[in-house]
Amino acid sequence: MSTVAPGELRGGDEILLAFARALRTGGIAVTQDRAHGFLASAAVLGADDPVAVRIAGRATLCASPDDLARFDQVFEAFFNARDGLPRPRPAAPTEPRFTDFPEEDAWGQGEQTDEVVRAAASATELLRQRDVASLTPAEKRRLDGMFATLRPRAPLRRTARHQRWHRGQVDASRTLRSSLRRLGEPSVIEWRRRGTRPRRIVLLVDVSGSMSSYADALLRLAHRLTQALGQGTVETFTIGTRVTHITRAMRIRDPERALVAAGETVPDWSGGTRLGETLRFFLDRWGQRGMARGAVVVVFSDGWERGDAAMLGEQMARLRRIAHRVVWVNPHRGKDGYEAVQQGVVAALPHLHDFVAGHSLATYAELVEVLADA
Amino acid sequence: MEPSSLPQSARDVSTVLGRTGYLCDDELATVTYLMLAMQRPLLLEGEPGTGKTALAEALAESLELPLVRLQCYEGIDATQALYDWDFPRQILHLRALEAGGGADPEEAEKSLYDERFLLARPVLAALQQSPALLLVDEVDRADDEFEAFLLEVLSTWQVSIPELGTVRAATPPLVVLTSNRTRELHDALKRRCLYHWIEHPGLERELEIVRSRAPEVSEALAGQVVMVVQQLRDRDLQKPPGVAETIDWARALHHLGTAELDLETASATLGALVKYREDADRVRHALDQLLRT
Repeated sequence: MSTVAPGELRGGDEILLAFARALRTGGIAVTQDRAHGFLASAAVLGADDPVAVRIAGRATLCASPDDLARFDQVFEAFFNARDGLPRPRPAAPTEPRFTDFPEEDAWGQGEQTDEVVRAAASATELLRQRDVASLTPAEKRRLDGMFATLRPRAPLRRTARHQRWHRGQVDASRTLRSSLRRLGEPSVIEWRRRGTRPRRIVLLVDVSGSMSSYADALLRLAHRLTQALGQGTVETFTIGTRVTHITRAMRIRDPERALVAAGETVPDWSGGTRLGETLRFFLDRWGQRGMARGAVVVVFSDGWERGDAAMLGEQMARLRRIAHRVVWVNPHRGKDGYEAVQQGVVAALPHLHDFVAGHSLATYAELVEVLADA
Repeated sequence: MEPSSLPQSARDVSTVLGRTGYLCDDELATVTYLMLAMQRPLLLEGEPGTGKTALAEALAESLELPLVRLQCYEGIDATQALYDWDFPRQILHLRALEAGGGADPEEAEKSLYDERFLLARPVLAALQQSPALLLVDEVDRADDEFEAFLLEVLSTWQVSIPELGTVRAATPPLVVLTSNRTRELHDALKRRCLYHWIEHPGLERELEIVRSRAPEVSEALAGQVVMVVQQLRDRDLQKPPGVAETIDWARALHHLGTAELDLETASATLGALVKYREDADRVRHALDQLLRT
């Protein structure tokens, strides 16, 4: 890297590359070949014209409408020093998390070991059944490690692509090709059937105030599902006051870092609940286009709707028409004496396929089974 | 394609497209010029009805290139896009040879893989008819495997047919990909292309487009139609109408002989504009308010 004395003008390419780096910190994935393409297109259009540089950047460095919006922000801040970037919202405070050995472990000797093992096993079993909102921080840390024991399986659907099979439909082209090998004599009939492919799962997690004690556990569940079910099968959104797409954060392998990344992306932890409006926004922007079509959609919420319950019912009806299966997970459902009386839940109930509990690890394991059979 | 016949600047591109009746804004014209100058594919994303396919057609017409269209759908594979052998004809040819008295087996086999038995699908056709413009329509409907195949073809621009040899194009074709964004395309494909998102046009631009595409519609009627549609896009409809729907509606009203838009004809012809029942109800309730302005 050549050093430039202060006061000297930098070369045009250096400035453009510095801008590309600024974009990277602004949240747009700029790779080396994209940066080269940007330089080449700026050269074609004339790198001294700011309008041309902006158009060249938008064409070569962006990959979606969200990227275009971010690009415009960073462009304004970089090239017009007067307008700064909007102040970043204060990130949600995240406690430093570290796993340590559970204090109850006793490294006993001899015949004590069996009892200790049995006691530890039943303590784990109890922890699976306990309500997540009622755990102490130490127990929570133990539970976090246990999410890895969930074994999700993806729901399957038939695809339009066919695969070779020994039964099913006649595969005309392969049959003809094999008869061609025999100079046109009719020979064996080849068969094919439709292949299978995992069906998409869309998770909508309510992170508003009333759900704040469950938000952490639900995001860990979303993380586990994303990691276990392969690229592109699981999409995660947080709803509540706004809709935020956090799939990219969920794809980070380490659960702690994934939660931190999600925490930085979502601006409205513990806000008020406007389920109907946010569902409508989700459906307009993503769902109707194709993300929720034919997918298994899981809504994690307690249904405390501050907005209009009739709109929630309307949007759930719309969701049911588009999605393959709609599952509602309510943390309060599994508790004794629960009756569905909140307006939100009552409005949504007729449009659901499954209404399940979601307060403990055991219920999450059941949810995983429901998803696999969807 | 001689370099001199290509547009030399973004303004040239606007002019040349405008002659075929396609009106575009400066950014789209610039990106199209970049596509021609850098020989990179162009990926157009946007709401349905904003004129993505129309751009490719207008570009082909203005540059006088043949337009080869590859319509993607779920499950499309390389055979559908590249080439296939016409098996039934080949078998008949064999039978004919047999009936004609048994030719030399080597000769028979060679004659079997002749050009006339090759069904050239769009990508191969674009290579054979080069220079051409290849339109890969609705690439988001295809799946990941097809994208990988497309990426390979876009990088190398040669197709090797085992029995015939390699087909290379003298000049690589221009490629336009369109997507409705029903799913995220693979990043590797996006990196290869220039990206542009087409928005719904503004009031003046949409008026120009309607006048250019439907010149038989009277000025007053066109003005009213565009005004109503622009306001409808601000309301929360499930599917806001695109430019294509505006043009359809204007033409429908003209066919019915309306000189000025009124409540009755508007509500009768609403099917040309909104395609969902809830949207239609909402628009009908708001029509008199919209028409008064």
